[in-house]
Amino acid sequence: MSLSISITLNGRPHDIALDDPRVTLLDLLRERLDLTGTKKGCDHGQCGACTVLVDGRRINSCLSLAASLDGAEITTIEGLADGEALHPVQAAFIEHDALQCGYCTPGQIMSAVGLIAEGHAGDDPERVRELMSGNICRCGAYHGIVEAVLEAQKTIAQQDKRRAAA
Amino acid sequence: MNRFDFIRPASVAEAVAAASEPGSAYLAAGTNLLDLMKIGVARPGRLVDITRLPGLDRIEWDGDGGVRIGALVRNSDLAHDERFARTFPAVAEALLSGASAQLRNAATVGGNLLQHTRCAYFQDTASACNRRVPGSGCDAMQGENRLHAVLGWSDQCIATHPSDFCVPLAALDAVAEVEGPSGRRDVAVDALHLLPGDTPQARNALAPGELVVAVRIPADAAAFAGHSRYLKLRERTSYAFAVVSAAVALEMQGGAIANARIALGAVAAKPWRARAAEASLEGLRPTAEAFAAAADIALADARPSGDNAFKIELARRLVARALSLASQGTPEDMPALPASPFSTIPGATNVA
Ligand SMILES: Cc1cc2nc3c(=O)[nH]c(=O)nc-3n(C[C@H](O)[C@H](O)[C@H](O)COP(=O)(O)OP(=O)(O)OC[C@H]3O[C@@H](n4cnc5c(N)ncnc54)[C@H](O)[C@@H]3O)c2cc1C
Ligand code: SF4
Ligand code: FES
Ligand code: FES
Repeated sequence: MSLSISITLNGRPHDIALDDPRVTLLDLLRERLDLTGTKKGCDHGQCGACTVLVDGRRINSCLSLAASLDGAEITTIEGLADGEALHPVQAAFIEHDALQCGYCTPGQIMSAVGLIAEGHAGDDPERVRELMSGNICRCGAYHGIVEAVLEAQKTIAQQDKRRAAA
Repeated sequence: MNRFDFIRPASVAEAVAAASEPGSAYLAAGTNLLDLMKIGVARPGRLVDITRLPGLDRIEWDGDGGVRIGALVRNSDLAHDERFARTFPAVAEALLSGASAQLRNAATVGGNLLQHTRCAYFQDTASACNRRVPGSGCDAMQGENRLHAVLGWSDQCIATHPSDFCVPLAALDAVAEVEGPSGRRDVAVDALHLLPGDTPQARNALAPGELVVAVRIPADAAAFAGHSRYLKLRERTSYAFAVVSAAVALEMQGGAIANARIALGAVAAKPWRARAAEASLEGLRPTAEAFAAAADIALADARPSGDNAFKIELARRLVARALSLASQGTPEDMPALPASPFSTIPGATNVA
């Protein structure tokens, strides 16, 4: 049985024929489209390493069936930077040492981008911690992660203000 | 994962027809179903993808203030809908205490209601489990059962229902609208999940092919908006299922309790409505004694199913605490740690 889906991936349209309906979005990205930035930690929704944006919202790609995503717009870690210019969340993670081994980092960054877009954390570190709890870091880089999220949120707000004024 | 046919129906009628075939399962966001398929616990021969069905993703208010929530509304969208959160704050708090932000963004109203138990033996195909394989036995009885049921269990199954969302829904007399091969019917959320008895595999009141299309909360439940809480004890601060939870709602009149609602979560195979405890509070002033007495009534029938006697006392204290907090008024803003009995001054850490 062959299924086809059309998706927009990091801004570019893709028509994909699935030979097998069992493929998750995570496996589609990593195994079939060679986008290995998105990581597989648990494959069961328990760690957040596989976080991507679907239609602008952060979700776990390991628990999402590719066949159900016809028409979706997907952003992965590979689609964040603008050429050589890092996304504010990426820059803030480096600035604040928000990683050690880096395995959870793409998921943390995509989750932070989603969190900032949702706009429910304010400048409260407790809310940031709560809303980032779906991303586990085996290295325990949480302190830097919270700082990075708060700073990136400020940077993005300033950018938005400048853009609105221009 | 087993192979399956993947069906994308264009209408509710087509979906119901497709799912009425034996071996079919509805696929919503898949955050529970795919998980179970990966470990071989669910093996549907055909998946009926309902995520594209038109009209099921809306939150609609009726003239007198009741709400109808489409089965495909995402958990996070419902919790953050301003009017909904203001009108039914305990439901919003329960939703935000569940899973993670990513999972709430995906998970649907219908899928949350109909999620399967998290019993570890149910999830392990090498274990005996009456719910998964009727008549095979129940390895939880002699196994790790600290988190299993203390109410409504049987000698066939001691599993709990893990949903947070269902707990305040049961307390507020919410109703599931169901569409099936023989038409449309309403099922009270309180009657949707079945206690195990001799047939734990039955799980819920839905017949094969029946689809939950919406959940309704009646207008009179809005009377509790000013005094509602959902509290959830977890083994870590966030991103964990409940050890025990409680949804409470009070209608206060002239300093006395005119009406009370209490439901418990993670204590039974269904959200556990405590009607006698509710009745005990009517007409009383909101005092610690009244709340402790109500909590005793709520847990009067509880008995351990294994190494879990502690859950009974924990649940009792949680009900009393939730009643006390609710009587002080629903918090102005959603707490930073929704449903947590710990913390939280804005900016303060919960873990020292
Ligand atoms: C790591 C992790 C932590 C979690 N923590 C929590 C938690 O703390 N609290 C909590 O409440 N939940 C928690 N969950 C569970 C989560 O809430 C559920 O997985 C989710 O709500 C299911 O919704 P879905 O749309 O993905 O359903 P699916 O996975 O698509 O479906 C679930 C089941 O419901 C059936 N179904 C779906 N929609 C309908 C419908 N409209 N009519 C009839 N049948 C239907 C499906 O056939 C399937 O059997 C957690 C999950 C994970 C993976
Ligand atoms: S408690 Fe219920 S779900 Fe768990 S192993 Fe026993 S029969 Fe299965
Ligand atoms: S790999 Fe998806 S949550 Fe862990
Ligand atoms: S940096 Fe190593 S797991 Fe997070």
